[in-house]
Amino acid sequence: MNSFLIISRCAPYGSAAAREALELALACALFDREVAILLLDDAVYQLLPDHNPSAIGQKNLAAMQQSLPLYDVDKIFICQSSLETRGLVTEALALPVTPVDSQGLKALMRGYEAVINV
Amino acid sequence: MKFTLLIQSAPIDSQSSATALRFARALLSKGHEIERLFFYRSGVQSANRLALAPQDETNLPADWQQLISEFELDAVVCIAAAIRRGVVNATETARYGVEGDNLLENAELSGLGQLVAACAASDRVVTFGGGA
Repeated sequence: MNSFLIISRCAPYGSAAAREALELALACALFDREVAILLLDDAVYQLLPDHNPSAIGQKNLAAMQQSLPLYDVDKIFICQSSLETRGLVTEALALPVTPVDSQGLKALMRGYEAVINV
Repeated sequence: MKFTLLIQSAPIDSQSSATALRFARALLSKGHEIERLFFYRSGVQSANRLALAPQDETNLPADWQQLISEFELDAVVCIAAAIRRGVVNATETARYGVEGDNLLENAELSGLGQLVAACAASDRVVTFGGGA
């Protein structure tokens, strides 16, 4: 299984989930595997710009996120309804993303050999 | 079929490590192969041999250790996730100048590349825990 869809569902801070999803995506890229990221639920908040997590003693995820294109991780999918229910639009996000609807989610998951929910 | 199992939740916080262990036994009993067990995120706590349980409760790290020995399984614990959570072997305690290693004797600390490589060699990857 050589193509990976890494699914993240958590807000950027509050747990290590977002960071550890990014680390896995970067590891896949580092080993030359096809990899895409899917942001669901509160994970859509991960791409809001101008985080200030030092106020809660956390390290900013932005440096890791901005390194994604450098490792050719340029397929970032985002759940359309997760965005809408949180009042967000793709134009406001820190990296280019492809919104997907519920039918699109099914097709997306079928398109990868390994689907890993982090 | 060849399987890789990815375990991401701590034994004490979630049923999923126990489910993974039972799934592993079921696979082996049906003649499937386990390419690798990979412990990631809080799943690394499954490889903490200093986790102690009351006598009438299951000790999951001990059960994992027994399974790994019994079937000579390849068990890898993500080193970055593990050292953040205080699951270390003697090499890491020496590197960081701390005392008291606690990694299961038959598990190995290594990087996420070991997960990627195991997936490449497997027909199926099954994830336990995650999403929280």
